[in-house]
Amino acid sequence: MTWFAQDTVLTLIAAILSIAIVLYTTFYKSKDKKIKIREIAGLRAVEEAIGRATEMARPLLYTPGWGGDIQRPTTIASLNILSYVAQKTAQYDCDLIFPTHDPVIMAVAQEVMKEAYANAGFPDRYREDNAFYVSSSQFGYAASVEGLISRRKPASVFLLGTFEAESLILAETGNINKAIQIAGTDSTIQLSFFIVACDYVLIGEELFAASGYLSGDRSILASVKAQDILKVLIAIYILIAVLWVTIDPSSAWWKL
Amino acid sequence: MSRRLPQIVCLLFGLIMFTLYFLDHPTAKQINTLILVDYWQIIFAFTLVVGVISFIRNHVTAISRGNDRLYRLLSLFGVVLMPILALIWGIKGDSPFMWVFENVQVPLQSTVFSLLAFFVASAAFRGFHARSGPAAVLLIAAFLTILSRSSLEGLLPDFIPDIAVWVRNNPSMAARRAILIGIGLGSLTTSLRVILGIERTWLGGEK
Repeated sequence: MTWFAQDTVLTLIAAILSIAIVLYTTFYKSKDKKIKIREIAGLRAVEEAIGRATEMARPLLYTPGWGGDIQRPTTIASLNILSYVAQKTAQYDCDLIFPTHDPVIMAVAQEVMKEAYANAGFPDRYREDNAFYVSSSQFGYAASVEGLISRRKPASVFLLGTFEAESLILAETGNINKAIQIAGTDSTIQLSFFIVACDYVLIGEELFAASGYLSGDRSILASVKAQDILKVLIAIYILIAVLWVTIDPSSAWWKL
Repeated sequence: MSRRLPQIVCLLFGLIMFTLYFLDHPTAKQINTLILVDYWQIIFAFTLVVGVISFIRNHVTAISRGNDRLYRLLSLFGVVLMPILALIWGIKGDSPFMWVFENVQVPLQSTVFSLLAFFVASAAFRGFHARSGPAAVLLIAAFLTILSRSSLEGLLPDFIPDIAVWVRNNPSMAARRAILIGIGLGSLTTSLRVILGIERTWLGGEK
């Protein structure tokens, strides 16, 4: 009996290589003075969305979608953005509503918001019941958030996280209520709905780069740089594989 | 310490789960099941209690403030009624619990889901305006795809479904895969940042 799963050798090599590059850039390249990240329109608009809600004296609604739980990197990425948004809403004294389908996400979001309000210097403005659980059922959640948008008419809606069929229901309701909408998800199917219905969309990896972009933390920015290095390596690999299979159509080594 | 302990647990379990993925031994599989199935179910049961408490507190607070009283009272009534029905008559077959589920909850869910059809139509109408060159290309591609998927398919010349299939399998799939590669790499770096403690927002913040 073997301990090691033989069919995972290539996955292990790819994983170790990727982890090594991420660790190297995070711990060594973060000391570099120049780590630049391109402008992301969706993240640049965050402050505009919060400012709009403040001026209109209306709340700001932030929801991480129904599809993910706290284990999912997309949810973690969404909570990183929530921290920044909560700090700003604390400064501007704007109401931030966070409905969710998962009690664990609710508990973490409460903690994130509480800390963000304290960091902003306004712990007294934090209200625990602004992050709340609505329903674990997909359309129960969709109906509840849709109802919230229709009744409370938030000036800005943030749809950042893992979304499924409820994405368009929420985005269109926000659109009907004339809210400025910033969306982002890791689902390519739901991205197309968001692009049509929302003002700004964080496409795929932009959602994960957000915490570095917003906080300016050098270690996080360096790990975003690691993503670019890995992307170049993947592109080179695809190019070699395409050339190889053109010359030798019977080859199969490139099928990892 | 209140933040260091969860960070250590996160690092430990991150390493264990990573290692378990590459192991083929029955013990490794048992540990995997124990963590992912058994422990997760126990944690989920407790979190559900947290969720129900939050739900009740949120609605009671809103009712006391006079916000959306009728809707919130109805929601609370449902939360109280369903466990009572389940405890007295059970949840199988033709029990009152199942009757409420099949005749109230399922139609309500279907109603919300059906809204999607109208929202797709209104979003498509807004999205497929040929305001620019790329938007016109999008409109033509969408029009050909809709035609090839409609009941008119048999009446159309063969090249229209062929073009639609080519658009789906080539430019559309290429763009989709590029986004998926970005998402995969983003997930990898975010997970590593969390496991290594570089990203601590999930613990509440930096301090």
